[in-house]
Amino acid sequence: MDGEVARAWQAAAAVVDPEVPVLTIEDLGVLRSVTVTGDTARAAITPTYSGCPAVDAIRCDVADALRGAGYRDVSVDVVLAPAWSTDWMTDAGKHKLRAYGIAPPSGRAAHSGPVPIALSVRCPRCGSLSTREIAHFGSTSCKALYECSACLEPFDYFKVH
Amino acid sequence: MHRDVHGDIHGDVHVDAVELDPELVGAGGADADHDVAQYAQWLGDDALVLAQRLGAWISRAPELEEDIALGNIALDLVGQARSLLHHAGTADGRSEDDLAYFRDETEFRSSWLVEQPNGDFAATIARQLVASTYMHELYARLQHASEPTLAAIAAKAVLEVAYHRDHAVQWTLRLGDGTDESRRRMVAGLDAVWPYVDELFADTPLIDRLGDRAVRPSTLREPVLAALRDVLRQAGLAEPDLPPAPCGGRAGRHSEYLGYILAEMQVLARQHPGASW
Repeated sequence: MDGEVARAWQAAAAVVDPEVPVLTIEDLGVLRSVTVTGDTARAAITPTYSGCPAVDAIRCDVADALRGAGYRDVSVDVVLAPAWSTDWMTDAGKHKLRAYGIAPPSGRAAHSGPVPIALSVRCPRCGSLSTREIAHFGSTSCKALYECSACLEPFDYFKVH
Repeated sequence: MHRDVHGDIHGDVHVDAVELDPELVGAGGADADHDVAQYAQWLGDDALVLAQRLGAWISRAPELEEDIALGNIALDLVGQARSLLHHAGTADGRSEDDLAYFRDETEFRSSWLVEQPNGDFAATIARQLVASTYMHELYARLQHASEPTLAAIAAKAVLEVAYHRDHAVQWTLRLGDGTDESRRRMVAGLDAVWPYVDELFADTPLIDRLGDRAVRPSTLREPVLAALRDVLRQAGLAEPDLPPAPCGGRAGRHSEYLGYILAEMQVLARQHPGASW
C-alpha cells in the first residue's frame, strides 16, 4: 500500500458502525478496498447482511470521510462477493465488542456440512459460559438475544454468520 | 416511469431526481440480459412478496421476540429482493424501485406460496418452513452458477436463509410436538400451504435457455421434499396428502391475494413518486 492509498484507507477505515459505534468498519471487515487516482478516491464496502440498513449510513460516512481527507471525486461501491463473514472481524474488534457488552462471535463461520456446532457463548459481563439463547433474532440483523444464568443479565450476542 | 411531481399538490414531499442506484452490484458487475433479468425477478419477487407478508406481523406477533424475529427475517428478504431486482433492472435501465413499486400484478413473477395469507402463527411458520427450505437449497446451488452476480447474491443469501430455516424448523418441532391445540394448528397450516409446493419445482423454457446460469427448479424437488419430510417426521407430523394447486406465478398469473399485497406495498410510491424521507 503506497502512502497516498494508506492515507485514504486510514480516513475510510476510521468510520464506525452506526449500530455498534465502538467498532470501525475496518474492525468489522466491512471495508474491502480503497484506490486513489489523483484527487479521486474509490472505496468498496461489503454488507454484513443483505438487508442491513447500516450499509447506507456507512456508505455516506465513508464518502464524507474521504471528502474530508481532501479527495474531490469520491465514490463508494457496495460489493457482494466474496460474501462477508464474521470470520473477517479482527481480534481487536472482538475485544472492543466484549468491552462494549456485546458477546463477540464464538467460533468460525466457515464450515462444511449443514449443521454447524454451536459453541457456548461467554457472558460479556461476568465471563460465565452458563448462558442461554432467549431469541434467535436480536436488536439488529447481526445479533441474537442471550441471558446469563450466572449473573442473570441479558446481553446481545454478535452471531456467527 | 417516474413522473416529475415538482409543484404538484404534494408540496411537502421532498423529491429527488430518480437515478439508478449504483450500490449492490455483484462480483462482475455486468448487466443482466433479458433471460437473467426474468429469472432474477422470479427470485426477487418471491423474497419481496414474502417480506411484505411477514412485515404485517410487526406489532402483532404472539410475543416480542417473535415480533423481532419475523421483522428481521423480512428485512433480510428485502435486502435479497433489492439485490436481485437491482440486477434484473440492469437489463433495461429500470431501478429496483421501478420494479418493486411500478409493476402491476401480472408483471410479478412470484410463486403462489409466498402470497398465501399469514393466517395464525402456525400457518406463517408452515409457510416459512417451506419457503426457507426451498430458498436454502436454491441459493446453496445458485452460488455456484456461472452468472457472477446471481452467484454473489446467492452466496450472501444462503447464510441468511439458513438462519430463517432454523427458526422455522424449531417452531415446527415445538408446535407439532407440543399441545393438542398447537399440533392442530400446525397441521392446518401445513395443509394450507402444501398445494403450493409443487409450483416451486416447475421448469419453463426460460430455464432451458439459462442453462448453468440458473438452478433448474425440478432438481430441487427431491432435496427440498426430503428436508421437509425429515422435519415433519421429527415433529411427529404427517406429510399432507393434497394435490398441487394450479398455479401460474412465474407466468404472471396470480392468486387473488397478490393484488391486495401490492396495493398496500405500492400505494405510497405511486401517490408520491420519488418521495424520500
